[in-house]
Amino acid sequence: MVLVLACIAFVCSAAVGLVYKVTLDPITKAEQLKVTQSIAAVLPAFEQTAEDVVTVDGKEFKVFTATDASGAVVGYAFEAYTMNGFSGEIRLMVGFDTEGTVSGIEVLKQAETPGLGANLANPDNVVRKSIEGKKAGELNLKVKKDGGDVDALTAATISSRAYAEVVAAAYEAFKMVNK
Amino acid sequence: MSKLSILTKGIIKENPTFVLILGMCPTLGTTTSAVNGLGMGVATMFVLIMSNIVISLIKNLVPGKVRIPAFIVVIASFVTVIELLMKAYVPSLYETLGVFIPLIVVNCIILGRAEAFASKNGVLDSALDGVGIGLGFTLSLTLLGAVRELLGTGAIFGQQLFNADNGILIFVLAPGAFIALGYLMVIFNKLTAKLNK
Repeated sequence: MVLVLACIAFVCSAAVGLVYKVTLDPITKAEQLKVTQSIAAVLPAFEQTAEDVVTVDGKEFKVFTATDASGAVVGYAFEAYTMNGFSGEIRLMVGFDTEGTVSGIEVLKQAETPGLGANLANPDNVVRKSIEGKKAGELNLKVKKDGGDVDALTAATISSRAYAEVVAAAYEAFKMVNK
Repeated sequence: MSKLSILTKGIIKENPTFVLILGMCPTLGTTTSAVNGLGMGVATMFVLIMSNIVISLIKNLVPGKVRIPAFIVVIASFVTVIELLMKAYVPSLYETLGVFIPLIVVNCIILGRAEAFASKNGVLDSALDGVGIGLGFTLSLTLLGAVRELLGTGAIFGQQLFNADNGILIFVLAPGAFIALGYLMVIFNKLTAKLNK
């Protein structure tokens, strides 16, 4: 009886181990691809990126400095996050050009309410539209309810607030990096 | 029982969601949209078919006293396998369903079918039972997801039918899942009762 159960457990764990080995490579690749794709989506055309880390308010953000063929910096992409979303973590890739204009925002990770806060992941949501393409320094990065300039999603103020907070934190990081 | 009736009974007569009322946790949790319901249904169907096949193969090897732990080990392995495969090859679907995939392990439909059907029947019948029950589950979840998506956000499968602002918000949230499921259950059982007369 014990022997049979042990055998079954052994065979099953061997099978799972095998699948893990086989899929490990595609999984890492898929994760990396997502990061590279989101960097390309939020920045103007660039040749290559260099990775570094900046600390804002005790949070470590990855920063990708994009340079063109001549080596001149064309922009920065920040992998910034907050834990203040409606369901915890919201992680964004926020791109700035050297002037401080928000060149793009991509959602990397969120667990907001489907149909409400999760709409932040839609490319054409109002929150993103009210930030993208504008100079971050001239925007008050708070939702309109809090006296800022950022539109909030209907019935998802907390998620929108967290989104704006991440962009604001990324801008703080940008000011540290872009000298 | 004929092969065809094994296949079709899961869709109407023994529909896991509306008649057997099994696997309520993923049913209520994942059906915020038609696509999510469909994805969860297909993932569950895959695990159900594979575990039914394996369990009907090993049913004579496993002593009665340890059959439940043995079944759970088999089911959990298949769930882990499908989770890894989804992560590797369809990361976008994994992102929407991610948290619910491990929940397939505790979905009582799968253990229920293993115990009630696969452990007593041959391989082919068990596989057909997995397909039938899996289809029934998938159809129910897609239907529930579609109803909730339509009432809550005015869209079906992401196709906007009317303005999202006119949607009834509650149907996207958890309470709406219970309300929609309750009404669908009533309609489903009313219709099948008529059919049987």
